Amino acid sequence: MRLCHSMMNYFPEEVLEHVFDFLTSHRDRNAVSLVCKSWYSVERLSREKVFIGNCYAINPERLIARFPRVRSLTLKGKPHFADFNLVPHDWGGYVYPWIDAMAKCGINLEELRLKRMVVSDESLELLAKSFPNFKALVLVSCEGFTTDGLAAIASNCRFLRELDLQENDVDDRKGQWLSCFPDTCTSLVSLNFACLKGEVNMAALERLIARCPNLKSLRLNHSVPLDALQKILVQAPQLIDLGTGSFVHDPDSEICNKLKNVLQKCTSIRSLSGFLDVNSRCLPSIYPVCTNLTSLNLSYAPEIFSIELIKLIRHCKKLERLWILDTIGDKGLVVVAATCKELQELRVFPSDLNGMGNAEVTEVGLVAISAGCPKLNSLLYFCQQMTNAALVTVAKNCPNFIRFRLCTLNPTIPDAMTNQPLDEGFGAIVRSCKGLKRLSVSGLLTDQVFLYIGMYAEQLEMLSIAFAGNSDKGMLYVLNGCKKLKKLEIRDSPFGDVALLADTGKYQTM
Amino acid sequence: MSMDTGNDLQGLEYSGSLKTELTLALPGGGGAETPTSGSKRGFSETVDLNLGTRSDDEASVVTQTHPPKAQVVGWPPVRSYRRSMMKSCKFVKVAVDGAPYLRKLDLETYSSYQELLSAFEDMFTCLTICDVMNEKKIMDSANGTEYVPTYEDKDGDWMLVGDVPWKMFVESCKRLRLMKSSEAMGLAPKTSSSKGSSIN
Repeated sequence: MRLCHSMMNYFPEEVLEHVFDFLTSHRDRNAVSLVCKSWYSVERLSREKVFIGNCYAINPERLIARFPRVRSLTLKGKPHFADFNLVPHDWGGYVYPWIDAMAKCGINLEELRLKRMVVSDESLELLAKSFPNFKALVLVSCEGFTTDGLAAIASNCRFLRELDLQENDVDDRKGQWLSCFPDTCTSLVSLNFACLKGEVNMAALERLIARCPNLKSLRLNHSVPLDALQKILVQAPQLIDLGTGSFVHDPDSEICNKLKNVLQKCTSIRSLSGFLDVNSRCLPSIYPVCTNLTSLNLSYAPEIFSIELIKLIRHCKKLERLWILDTIGDKGLVVVAATCKELQELRVFPSDLNGMGNAEVTEVGLVAISAGCPKLNSLLYFCQQMTNAALVTVAKNCPNFIRFRLCTLNPTIPDAMTNQPLDEGFGAIVRSCKGLKRLSVSGLLTDQVFLYIGMYAEQLEMLSIAFAGNSDKGMLYVLNGCKKLKKLEIRDSPFGDVALLADTGKYQTM
Repeated sequence: MSMDTGNDLQGLEYSGSLKTELTLALPGGGGAETPTSGSKRGFSETVDLNLGTRSDDEASVVTQTHPPKAQVVGWPPVRSYRRSMMKSCKFVKVAVDGAPYLRKLDLETYSSYQELLSAFEDMFTCLTICDVMNEKKIMDSANGTEYVPTYEDKDGDWMLVGDVPWKMFVESCKRLRLMKSSEAMGLAPKTSSSKGSSIN
């Protein structure tokens, strides 16, 4: 072994670099850089993709100094709770300093992925003008920019492949940003503007799509009507991922028929979303693509009632990922359980945010899913009520959960049958699901649930708690137990300084 | 984080403004308490349930909580983007006495009782809104039957449409029924001086 060890030292750096090329995960590359000085040096000079989970953990200058060859940067800004208005508005997370620093140092930036950051038009303009090889911009839950910033990107990024806007708060300036893509732009692979509120120039959109033969992913916003969709699909039968705009039309019209025919030719579509405005009677037009669908997102379509959802789901036997509203009801979930045997990820969102008690999803639906879908490993489930018995059954049926997030609409509701806390139910989940990485708990909970989490959730990396626990003991159980915990979010729970300061050494890894 | 409330039961406003302060203090300043099963410990400390103080003839301010479903900031944890997309989703069933089919209406698309009445006119083409002695009434123009718009609220009670502020009505209305005037006598409020119903 000592012979091997000294041999490694004589490998020229190019060889080391080549070996490191095979390491794709950030964790692996980070680990490798800790081995010795020469590995650190080779690794840092060859690293092209950098992920920074907290934009304030390090400053841009340090990033550039260590990784001068960085081409792809992922940055996360505000904490997750910001999504629910629980973080002050002026918290920060501005991207401008990063773009500015990289532009000044001549970084050859090609990809920028941002989540929960504040992005100004100014930063988009600077981005568009500073990096001639820029290829991919992905913005998730960001804010601060307008369609003027998008126009700058469209106009200047000659080799743009990806413009992916997911759930951002964008000010629509009613400009013609889409028309700013020059005729020479033919490189688009992914275009997602579903979150934009304003209109786009239909003719410009059709022309753009027609000249981008590599377009694989297209997500339209609500301003794109059904007849435009039909024309677009004629030009892009190679699509793999489609997000419809508005899906409203007279169902007996020629257009719906034409749409069905053109969809029959789109044999590559595996992922479907959108339906931002829908006439359920037009849904049969999409049945042709349902057979091969692996991912379906109907979570923005409250107008589709349970019966129509069920009819649709029956066509989707290969579904691996389903995002749906609780309008599907327990009955609908039973159908999902019977039909979608390949299901891995299920998200059931609440349709009724006013607490009207209209939610039709309970523990019954979840138990059915757990029994029918053996491959289920990721769950987000908003429900009216839950029971320990149900959770125990779910834990037995599905030991493979990686993500388990349960959200009772009443945050402190007890077991619907026994009126007890839901400690035992969640305890069963963490005991059974040995690979659990992310857990969100809700309902009436005492310190006991945290004892279970601390004892059994060995792989847990992220934990979300609200209105739970009795005392500091709860927090101590978790902080002492979960060795791999990276992210902890707590709201409205009685944990004080004693618990949270008990093991500050732990926070280093978080 | 926890509430900086001491013993003061502050109501949480169901709005974007933040009432929680990012401190690590224990709520109520006391030690740990053993809960009785079913009690809402941390919850009750953060929400003012205001039980029993709601008067019938006052329209209480929308930001105060309505028992038993109190509104809490940031719950359910749904992204603001999703909330804003789902805003126009207040579908309620509308029944008209004597008609065989129910209809569904999205209350969020209207901003006043006036608009709602017009929607009834559009939806049920036999109905018209007439001005009778400065009061608007819903009438079937074919046979002169008068209808009174009523609704079922969160608590399951049937109420006359028009008594409470519009936004409050939208929040609490579960379904609508256009009742024949002749059957609506029991719903007339004691303080009302007019016969039948009117919408101002």
